[in-house]
Amino acid sequence: MTEKTPRSLRLGVAGPVGTGKSSVIATLCRHLRDEFALGVITNDIYTDEDARFLKSAGVLPEERIRAVETGACPHTAIRDDVTMNLMAVEDMERDFAPLDIVLVESGGDNLTATFSPALVDAQLFVLDVAGGGDVARKGGPGIARADLLIINKIDLGPHVDVDVAQMVADAEGAREGKPVLALSRKHPDTIEKLCDWVRQLHAAHAAGHHTPVDPGPMAPHHHPHDSNHAHGHSHD
Amino acid sequence: MARAAGGSAALLLLADGRLPAGGYAHSGGLEPAVTAGRITDMAGVERFLIGRAETAGLTAAAFAAAACSRAARDDLSDLSGLEAELDARIPSPELRTVSRNLGRQLRRAMAGIHPHPHYATLGAAPHQPIVMGVAAAVLGLGPRDAALAILHETNSGAAAAAAKVLRVDPFEVHAILARMADRLDRLAGEAAAAAAGPACDLPAPASPLADIAAEHHRRTHVRLFAS
Amino acid sequence: MYVSSPPEPVGLANRMTARAALATELSGGASRIRALRSDGPLVLRPSHPKGAEPLTHRRPDVARVSLAAGTAGPLGGDDYALSIHVGGGSTLVLQEVSAMLVLPGATGGRSRTAVDIRVESGATFVWWPEPIIAAHRCDHEHDIRIEIAPDARMILREEAILGRHGEMPGDFASRLRITRGGLPLYDQRLRFGPGAEGADGPAILGDAGAVGSVIVVDPVWVDDAPPALPFHRDAARTPLAGPAVAIAAIAADSLALRRLLSRGVQDLGAPWAA
Ligand SMILES: Nc1nc2c(ncn2[C@@H]2O[C@H](COP(=O)(O)OP(=O)(O)O)[C@@H](O)[C@H]2O)c(=O)[nH]1
Ligand SMILES: [Mg+2]
Repeated sequence: MTEKTPRSLRLGVAGPVGTGKSSVIATLCRHLRDEFALGVITNDIYTDEDARFLKSAGVLPEERIRAVETGACPHTAIRDDVTMNLMAVEDMERDFAPLDIVLVESGGDNLTATFSPALVDAQLFVLDVAGGGDVARKGGPGIARADLLIINKIDLGPHVDVDVAQMVADAEGAREGKPVLALSRKHPDTIEKLCDWVRQLHAAHAAGHHTPVDPGPMAPHHHPHDSNHAHGHSHD
Repeated sequence: MARAAGGSAALLLLADGRLPAGGYAHSGGLEPAVTAGRITDMAGVERFLIGRAETAGLTAAAFAAAACSRAARDDLSDLSGLEAELDARIPSPELRTVSRNLGRQLRRAMAGIHPHPHYATLGAAPHQPIVMGVAAAVLGLGPRDAALAILHETNSGAAAAAAKVLRVDPFEVHAILARMADRLDRLAGEAAAAAAGPACDLPAPASPLADIAAEHHRRTHVRLFAS
Repeated sequence: MYVSSPPEPVGLANRMTARAALATELSGGASRIRALRSDGPLVLRPSHPKGAEPLTHRRPDVARVSLAAGTAGPLGGDDYALSIHVGGGSTLVLQEVSAMLVLPGATGGRSRTAVDIRVESGATFVWWPEPIIAAHRCDHEHDIRIEIAPDARMILREEAILGRHGEMPGDFASRLRITRGGLPLYDQRLRFGPGAEGADGPAILGDAGAVGSVIVVDPVWVDDAPPALPFHRDAARTPLAGPAVAIAAIAADSLALRRLLSRGVQDLGAPWAA
């Protein structure tokens, strides 16, 4: 229905809770807001915490940051039933036309949730060193096939006994040549690499050269530690 | 547009909680009632669901049925009148917004799933029951089907939410739904009968606690569900 | 008639039908009562300011009428109708002398009260009734229809008490439908009692002993009605889809209910706060 309006690049940011998705979005906004017209959609498990964090960080005008409430099903909202997010993105594109990039942060409740290509054109998957050096090796659709895998908080490597170079190498092994970026907000060179990656992606999207890929569905999973996690929908 | 074989499969499609229209983010007022301390156990869940079906459920069902019969006649001129009548029956602005958000979402989903020119003629943010009625008509279903679809979808959605906000046995949740099956059938019949009359006479059952709790919920800092 | 035959049902024989009417007009800059017709138990009388009164606080140029229920009731089978016409530019304050007790008739049967109200252009209507008490085993339908002109204003209160002290209420339904310039503004039918399943549950009234609301319509709110305000666990002010708000509350008893509703009205500030 909104096919006629020029489409922004819709970029998803997925990854487990606490790995730094909101921080990555804040960083991108700070560094790219003078080059690109930006909007942000956050997805929350409880209320609108992430949207509030980003608003209070002052990285964008408040009205360009909107929260989608996902009813404690953040993985559904980016994968099985993207309607709420899709409409939030479309509304944002309409209200601030023309937008160059809309960033969508997933609610990030687990390691396997990835965005549906019906919602985003490309996605980042964020891991952090504090989650342990072997997380990258374990793979999964986001780690293996997201457009960019970020290993975040590398400044913490020495403090959590993680060999960052090894973790990056493991990740690269799991990704068959797709890019991996070691990132820390304390290392400006890594931030610049992230921004460059987004710039190139946007250029490819604008030129019509970018083809969205689907990292693939979630692995079959159950919730052994969380008996309350019942759903009104099934996982496949 | 009526379906030869009864259209039962199309009805199941429309009533399915997995229809990708964002319904899973809402508890139909159940979480607000739990937060307010008015539901603490399964008996409370059942009483809540019964009360809700008899009030908000009946209203939604009647408006879905009314929209369906109008859309089936290709008479969409009157749908804005239905919108206004429904607004008058929802004192809480929060619940009016929720209904319109769900309506937009349902239209967005159905316009992709089963396109039809009717969807474009609905206003910017149509109420969910109106869209449900139009969707039912587009699928060749009748007013009673439209009523049943929204009754089932909203009832099972609220029931499913119980599993997330209370300590419950999911089999007990479905036992309640099974006990309510006859009730939903009866309410769908009432809704369809009312839909044949003028819009001003559509049911208008009040549920003061649902309105009050919805406004509190919007202002609650920690919540699982949007409503 | 033979003494051995069953007696005529008393309730049916004593069914009461009452048709009362009230109209005001603006004349010489002051509001005056143009028509006042009491009928049977519906006794209308010109009155004087009585207690707190929104909008027209003790103003002399206002038409004031009080409605007194002449007998207990309505009882099952009774049929009361009241028609009110607030003429263009006039102000009517309608008050009640005491609470209305709705009782079952000797043979059951439903009692009905219908109130039909027109508030004309530029008029002001203040309706400050006392509670309706739905006694055990009553069966009552209360039906209020109001058509208000787009530039008229209005405030009205409704309070229902679920049974006399310590008793379960009978079946009670109260519909209030307000249209403004012919378009629907507010339409709610509240039901409770044994026939209203789920009414005593957490979606509708819980264990409340009293429920009520105040509806306020003011054309100056066309662009911004007062915002929603849940001001108590059991009470909220909600702007309607039009220049109007509803203040709704439930409470354990009539006193607590009145307190919540009054607080909601006070929160609206001038000129509504009484
Ligand atoms: N040391 C360090 N901490 C970081 C970095 N990026 C984010 N954090 C912290 O990690 C925590 C979680 O970040 P957040 O962006 O909220 O994660 P999200 O849940 O994935 O959105 C916060 O306390 C951040 O300050 C980083 O590069 N280095
Ligand atoms: Mg976050």
